[in-house]
Amino acid sequence: MMQTYGRFFRHARALLCAAAVMVPMAGHSVAQAETLRAVMQSGLRVMDPVLSTAFLTRNHGYMIYDTLLGVDSDFKVQPQMASWTVSEDGKLYTFTLRDGLKWHDGEPVTAEDAVVSLKRWAEVDTTGQALMTMVEGIDAVDDKSFEIKLSQPTTLVLSGLSKLSSRPAFIMPKRIAETPSSEPITEFVGSGPFKFVEAEFQPGISVVYEKNEDYVPRDEPSSWTAGGKVVNVDRVEWVTMPDQMTAINALQNGEVDFIQEVPFDLLPLVEAADGIKAEVMDELGAWTYFRMNHLYPPFDNKLVRQAAMAAVGQEDVLKLLVGNPDFYQTCGAVMGCGNPNGDEYGAEWVVNSDIERAQSLLKEAGYDGTPVVLLQPTDIAMLAAQPIVLGDALRKAGFTVEMKTMDWQTVVTQQGNQNAPSEGGWNIFSTYSILATSGDPFGNTTLSTAGRSSWAGWPDVPEIEALRLDYARAATPEEQKEIAVKIQKLAIDEGVVGPLGQFRIPAAYSTEWTGFPKAPVTLFWNVQKTAE
Amino acid sequence: MFPYVIKRVLATIPVMTMVAVVVFAMLRLTPGDPAAILAGDDASGAQLEQIRRTMGLDQPILTQLFVWLKQLLQGDLGVSLISGTPVVSMIGSRVAPTISLALATIVLTIIVAVPMGVVAARRPGKLLDRTVMTFSVMGFSIPTFVIGYLLIYLLSLKLGWFPVQGYSPIEKGIGPFLHRLVLPTIALSGIYVALVARITRSSVIDVMGEDYIRTARAKGARESTVLLRHALRNAAVPIVTVIGIGVASLITGVVVTESVFNLPGLGRLVVEAVLARDYPVIQGLILLFSFTYVLINLTVDILYTVFDPRIRY
Repeated sequence: MMQTYGRFFRHARALLCAAAVMVPMAGHSVAQAETLRAVMQSGLRVMDPVLSTAFLTRNHGYMIYDTLLGVDSDFKVQPQMASWTVSEDGKLYTFTLRDGLKWHDGEPVTAEDAVVSLKRWAEVDTTGQALMTMVEGIDAVDDKSFEIKLSQPTTLVLSGLSKLSSRPAFIMPKRIAETPSSEPITEFVGSGPFKFVEAEFQPGISVVYEKNEDYVPRDEPSSWTAGGKVVNVDRVEWVTMPDQMTAINALQNGEVDFIQEVPFDLLPLVEAADGIKAEVMDELGAWTYFRMNHLYPPFDNKLVRQAAMAAVGQEDVLKLLVGNPDFYQTCGAVMGCGNPNGDEYGAEWVVNSDIERAQSLLKEAGYDGTPVVLLQPTDIAMLAAQPIVLGDALRKAGFTVEMKTMDWQTVVTQQGNQNAPSEGGWNIFSTYSILATSGDPFGNTTLSTAGRSSWAGWPDVPEIEALRLDYARAATPEEQKEIAVKIQKLAIDEGVVGPLGQFRIPAAYSTEWTGFPKAPVTLFWNVQKTAE
Repeated sequence: MFPYVIKRVLATIPVMTMVAVVVFAMLRLTPGDPAAILAGDDASGAQLEQIRRTMGLDQPILTQLFVWLKQLLQGDLGVSLISGTPVVSMIGSRVAPTISLALATIVLTIIVAVPMGVVAARRPGKLLDRTVMTFSVMGFSIPTFVIGYLLIYLLSLKLGWFPVQGYSPIEKGIGPFLHRLVLPTIALSGIYVALVARITRSSVIDVMGEDYIRTARAKGARESTVLLRHALRNAAVPIVTVIGIGVASLITGVVVTESVFNLPGLGRLVVEAVLARDYPVIQGLILLFSFTYVLINLTVDILYTVFDPRIRY
């Protein structure tokens, strides 16, 4: 018996020793001073920011690549990798690369690299494609400069090359940029402020970036994607956490330093915690909207589209989607309130729910009860509320609504389905976009109105197409604004897109860190640790 | 025995082939388009077509199936449509957290549940039995994620003993590896401890009425010897069966635990691959899971012969 007890105590002692070793390690999760650990909205899998419009891929692009031009918080285009001059007739732009630009492999950045990168980008980007219709040639002059020759003056050269969001015109080495635009690149060498650490990359799980010691930041103060990109950390690690509650717990416990997006329902937890700050980084935010299928009844009729837009109230959507009015606002502008081109024509009936008006429009249109197939994604919180409110409002107005529940990726696939709703197609769906990309009629994909060749919904409004071309040719921002106002009127009257309101998603970070750039895209330069 | 094992191993070939073909067909019938996921939701139809061509998704389904089967025969599971990473290395990088969690959970389950079941079976209906069964009902009833959050709140946030989340590979040291496994293992063990304790209890109660138990007691054997050597060994067949099923389901379906504790395991990879319609990854994973089930069933069948010599193959 004594032998048995002796064995027990030996084992118990061993266990206690093991516990004593393990307990002090609980505190080791505090971040090292030079490593910033960020929880991003999802896991990085697609690495080519030209092939994909995914926001995370774009953010990855900003880490390792640089752009020729940047945009500051006043929406002004500024030099970044290059400065530019323009001829008096506005048809010849000459770009000159600044000194000290190097690829991560140590080779110098050349004008030829920029030319090939721009050509690849312009093949797939909406602004780039519009620009190329006016481009006669993009050619390197020497190692440091290149020219863009135009058939007519256009502001799209500067707005395209400084484009903030999917897709920014990232510059890559020529050998990589020669990859066809339909194929993903397989080598990840940029000239940006961070280097991608391929050996530590786990798709969907974590990405590691190291400071690019060779990067020479500009001298100007940082503002959005313009100015100096000063890196104050040795490493940035992006981790993916499928459970947002875990991310917040990890932030509280000092295991991570930054959460890119905090769900609105968990925000009170963050606000109540010590040592954590919740803050909106993208003050422009996002807008949510619904899109109707113009190809088939009942939304092939303008009056029915207007009825749907009148029926739904933005406040109802935003209350369910966001809840806290500090983070949302109603807005009737298809190019966004807060953007220079934002105009609110039609807000009086687009913003509020007016069921009587909707019923009267339906009667005038002779709506015969054709079922409306409404796509309802259920797996993404920021997209789940809109179809519920939409469906309810449409039913109240007299529509027959058939909800189709699915995951978001199925909605994305369905979007492109041009079959009739009775044959697997759709009538209506909702989504959201960031306002930084929606402020002009090229970045804003909903304003492409060339019928079946335009984005999902396929509106056919030649007047808007003509105005988009005028916008591209406009010489000044004032002219552009005038054209944007005309586009707003047509977009609302023709029911091209139904705005559902704007919202801003807060980020959260440890107060041991400071300097997170406030910008419409998530950036990690200028961030520094203030406490050990 | 040996011919039986060979026969069973060979029998996995038609099973795996069937699984491969059915999974391939089902995935192609499911709505979703990897090209749309790769390009993002603003992509034009022409761009999507081009990407589909590059991925080979524009080929007839039968052609795609033959290409994949040919790759399989060469031991190649293909590459992820989304990240371009070889499926084998994707699975390889996710196996360790899942296997670690599964093994730790099973070990903890056996250590805790089998004695609990035996102790409860010794005097059915008495206080100890009722206490064990109460814990067992609780283990069944409280969802894993609730146990997980409670453990995190108490042991991580309040007491600071354990990290909230994450996985540390064993190569980086046994201490951090075990340290990060403790909470998910406890959280996940709840339901398995409950299950195995109940099965152990009822199996042991069944055999306690057998003649050989009476004989053992008549021979003057100690109660612990009666319970452990005579009763438990004869009650082992159903217990091993349940533990075997537990191991298989732990390897194939611990998504919630992996999510709550942010473990980069196979369960999460399945969900990610399904949501992204990453066909080669889903196919590779389901083949792996099928193989796991076949292998574990075979192991359990062999273990039967160890615990019950009357069983012969």
